[in-house]
Amino acid sequence: MRVPLSWLKEYVDITLPVDELEERLTLAGLEVANVEYIGVEPPASVRFKKQIKPGDVVTGNGRIAWDKEKIFVGQVVNVEKHPDADRLTLVTVDYGAEETLTVVTGAPNLKPGDSGQKVAFATAGAMLIDAYADAFKVRKLKPGKIRGILSQGMVCSERELGLSDEHEGIILLPDDAPVGAPLADYLGDVVFDIDITPNMIRIASIIGVAREVAAITGADLHITMPAWQTSPPPADDYADVEIIDDDLCHRYTASIIRDVSVQPSPFWMQHRLKLIGQRPISNLVDVTNYVMFEWGQPLHAFDYDKLLARAKAIGKDKVKIIVRRANDGEKFTTLDGVERTLDADVLMICDEAGPIAIGGVMGGLETEVSDETRNVLLESAAFEFINVRQTAKKLKLPSEAAYRFSRGVPPRLNPIGNVRGAQLMADLGGGDIAQGMIDDYPRPQPVIEVPVTARDVQRWLGIDLSQDEIIDILQRLEFETRVEDDVIWGAAPWYRLDVSITADVLEEIARIYGYDAIPETLLADELPPQRRNWAWELEERLRDILVAAGLQETINYSMTSIENYRKTFPDNPEDAPGPEMFVTLANPLSQERSVMRRCLGVSALENLQRNLRYTDRMAVFEIGLGYRPELGDGVLPKEIRLLAIALTGPREPGDWLQGDDSPIDFFDAKGVLEALFERLGASDDVEYRAESAHIFGPKAAGVYLKGQKIGNVGEVHPKVREAFDLGDRPVALAGLQIAPLIPYIQTKKKLRAISNFPAVKEDIALVVDEAIPAGKVAALIRQTAGANLKDIRLFDVYRGDPIPPGKKSLAFSLTFQSPVKTLTDKDASKLRRKIVGRLSREIGAELREA
Amino acid sequence: MSQHQELIQLQAQAENELADARDEKQLEAWRIKWLGRKGLVPAAVKQIGSLPKEERAAYGQAVNRLKQAVQAAFEARRQQLREDAMAAELYAEGFDPTLPGRRPQIGRLHPSSATMREIAHIFAHMGFEVYTARDVETDEYNFQLLNFPKGHPAREMQDTFHTTVPDVLLRTHTSPGQIRVMRERYPEPIRVILPGKCYRYEQVTARSEMMFHQVEGLVVGKNITFADLKGTLQAFVDQLFGEGRQLRFRASHFPFTEPSAEVDVDCILCGGKGCRVCKYTGWLEILGCGMVHPNVLRNGGYDPEEWSGYAFGMGPERIAMLLHGVDDIRYFFSNDVRFLEQF
Ligand SMILES: [Zn+2]
Repeated sequence: MRVPLSWLKEYVDITLPVDELEERLTLAGLEVANVEYIGVEPPASVRFKKQIKPGDVVTGNGRIAWDKEKIFVGQVVNVEKHPDADRLTLVTVDYGAEETLTVVTGAPNLKPGDSGQKVAFATAGAMLIDAYADAFKVRKLKPGKIRGILSQGMVCSERELGLSDEHEGIILLPDDAPVGAPLADYLGDVVFDIDITPNMIRIASIIGVAREVAAITGADLHITMPAWQTSPPPADDYADVEIIDDDLCHRYTASIIRDVSVQPSPFWMQHRLKLIGQRPISNLVDVTNYVMFEWGQPLHAFDYDKLLARAKAIGKDKVKIIVRRANDGEKFTTLDGVERTLDADVLMICDEAGPIAIGGVMGGLETEVSDETRNVLLESAAFEFINVRQTAKKLKLPSEAAYRFSRGVPPRLNPIGNVRGAQLMADLGGGDIAQGMIDDYPRPQPVIEVPVTARDVQRWLGIDLSQDEIIDILQRLEFETRVEDDVIWGAAPWYRLDVSITADVLEEIARIYGYDAIPETLLADELPPQRRNWAWELEERLRDILVAAGLQETINYSMTSIENYRKTFPDNPEDAPGPEMFVTLANPLSQERSVMRRCLGVSALENLQRNLRYTDRMAVFEIGLGYRPELGDGVLPKEIRLLAIALTGPREPGDWLQGDDSPIDFFDAKGVLEALFERLGASDDVEYRAESAHIFGPKAAGVYLKGQKIGNVGEVHPKVREAFDLGDRPVALAGLQIAPLIPYIQTKKKLRAISNFPAVKEDIALVVDEAIPAGKVAALIRQTAGANLKDIRLFDVYRGDPIPPGKKSLAFSLTFQSPVKTLTDKDASKLRRKIVGRLSREIGAELREA
Repeated sequence: MSQHQELIQLQAQAENELADARDEKQLEAWRIKWLGRKGLVPAAVKQIGSLPKEERAAYGQAVNRLKQAVQAAFEARRQQLREDAMAAELYAEGFDPTLPGRRPQIGRLHPSSATMREIAHIFAHMGFEVYTARDVETDEYNFQLLNFPKGHPAREMQDTFHTTVPDVLLRTHTSPGQIRVMRERYPEPIRVILPGKCYRYEQVTARSEMMFHQVEGLVVGKNITFADLKGTLQAFVDQLFGEGRQLRFRASHFPFTEPSAEVDVDCILCGGKGCRVCKYTGWLEILGCGMVHPNVLRNGGYDPEEWSGYAFGMGPERIAMLLHGVDDIRYFFSNDVRFLEQF
């Protein structure tokens, strides 16, 4: 909402400097998004201010300040033809100085013989906007000869003053403009652009803002209720009004304005409309807009004679306005010329011949006022706000009127707006007003009294106010108050629909008291029972472990595409989860982000795809949610906390030290998991079973925790790699559900006694069948050796001569240590024999001779 | 030549030869020749026996001096050679300390995680527990129970991703968690923060993302006031941005709080003087907050006549952007390593 200070000052005394007013408004919830300075200098505190020089391009209204010593209100003394140019004239201007000045102009709205017009007159040295540059470029006015005649100044257009794009003619000021006054004093202004929160529709008018300024600053208001002069015959003789659907229309008022002539509005009205951002059209249309911005009441003007003609065409001799729901499929052409098909949720303004307007949203083409209009039926009504909102949205017809109706216009404003609009139309169009107002008011606006006590204020806001202080604040906001024991009953003024409970009143008290004046206190309330969030702590622990393992954390979009899932099923895309397995967005921004991911693996691949353009090595992880509708409860999907790890590229980045640049593979990813389980104390419960999944090639394993599968680790299938454009190197990927790991952070690891007796090392190489997993061999060794086996490390896997085909050799390094005695070589060989014996019996292992 | 002169000559010769010993091997050869069991110095000592008695004492003293001097010279030479050898080894290769070191691969947290962790940490000290709630929500929890009835104009402030299941949507804020935690914890007092992802149906630009994080705070008790809210946020901001920050509470509107406020902190970049980041206002908006609306308390099971509470919400990405001078929010979820590596 654009609010010109000059207009605002008509209703409220403003003594605060502009920047201070801006701050006060903003703190009180009228957020000033921008302040435009029209022809005047911003206050010194405005921090972005910089000296504007010729050649600068400026933006926004109020692009330049008008130099008070160089730009004035002038009066045309006479206009002569330029001796050498048909299109140009010589204009002599009195601008209050001793001598008049003569300038050359091409303005079409000054003709030879004219005199007396008031103009904006710039003398040499004034900074103006270059009217012929594309952008708003600043230039300095210099005297110069135009076709041989010296021009000593300029009569300015709106564009040259930086007011608007208008450059067809020069700006003509009202007749009472004071000659010689600096233009900045006469026309300079400040326009606040205020963002309106949904609860503050009452400030979508200049008077609404004025009331807030008064309440916030304590200044006096000067708002007078509009009055009109009417004459017989009465309005009732011209039309009737009947509201049928009063759930959607709470009041409908109409007045009749007779014998007006359509013409441009006067300067003051046009100027105000321009400042507020509206284009002036004609007096009748401008009045409807003006009253909407002044009071907040949208008006609609019908051409009364067209309504009468429609009535007569169906054999009636009086107009009847009927407010009702549209019939399903009913057709109607709005004033933008578009034929629209309606339904029963749309509220229509009709006459007996059919619809004439969409209530609160847009008028009809047929009954709109035009240049020929003589008599007007002026509508001022109140509609149900949610319905207007839905209609405006459905028909894609946003407008200033619909904006206000869709947030609530109080019925009690209807007659005020109607009187104001009718009188302005009569004044500006030279007509008169029929006696009385036609008013159907089936749903009177309720008066809601809300109780508030000093205790409520203390309990909710933490400030101690006396009853009188509370009443004073409420009265500044024009609440009606009465006191009953310790309860103050406050009724909001008629122009507010947003106050219905005590908290609404408390908010008003806080706002006017000032949020900044409320003290800061530390919570004195009892401390709630404290609980740990183990799921969150686990995530944080996993992050720390993985970061320490050298992995970068990523956070990807939760949305992906089914297409990307299909790519992870290279051999049989039909096995990919179907649409029913996804939470699908009804209004995605793009197909690439149209479903919620089920797991994090696809996100990781998308991520590698983007990054492998810049780097050849990636080691990343993500912790986040997977969304599984099929496991959900009711309409909501199950959300599963997951971890993904993705690794690819050289094991170490290449440099002069020539580290290990062989490609990362399965065992790197598995190693990260092993380290992770080790840190959590879960290693003993984890096993890896050879099994693949759609996304992997043969080098893959299922990860099992206490026999339950919790995830996978493997090398991504080359076809999947190709589909995601990930290059030639292996991509190792692991995915885990993390909830099963929570118990491991809830239990503390127990220290195992550290033995001071010497350790004995034994190496043992075994030849076993290819099919026997190393993990099984190691497990058997552990079981057999018992508590004295402190460490077991697989240090070599060998196939080939002299090992027979179908066999492999596994070499383990075993460390034995006893907590109670020094183990002898004899003890060690005994254990070794025991191990070999058992392995030989159970898996046919043979000791490999060195 | 007197025996004395001979001894002096002998010592001079020993020392000369010692100086020629340039490594362990030569030194050992010298030792055997001079100090070995059959060496020249023991031989000179043995001569005592062949001397007349009266000369023995003087000779003995002289030959002992000789022995000690040669022995000492040998030890010194041996030490010298060791040090020379060590030095030769130490300086054998050229050394350039400016060559890059062998770096372990290091990992990092995502800046959003790091910021959320910092926020959670600060609030943990004030007794706030972390409560996590779901992402995919119902219209009821995301809007209706938070005092956004269907058709309410405030819904327009939050463009929503809907799903193909009616009335199921991606939460537009972490606030539905307020209802969930209240319904779970009633009748206990509550002091929690609710971190998580949120989604808005908005074109992705440098300033707006379709997905972002929020950290919401909720306190419910029998004695919770707007003044407590101000105190809590001041304490938080002092810890996050450094002591002595100015806060500015501006009246605002959120359907689920009343009164509502938006909170600005004095610009951490220009100190309030005005710069591009604070749009020359000197203030940075960092939080929205307010007293929990009575309808919301009631929807959570708490009687607003007896209980009151406050709530606040902030965006970790917004805060990370301010703290690290990031000017484009899209970096956060594109996960470009060139971005992530800088934290
Ligand atoms: Zn700044």
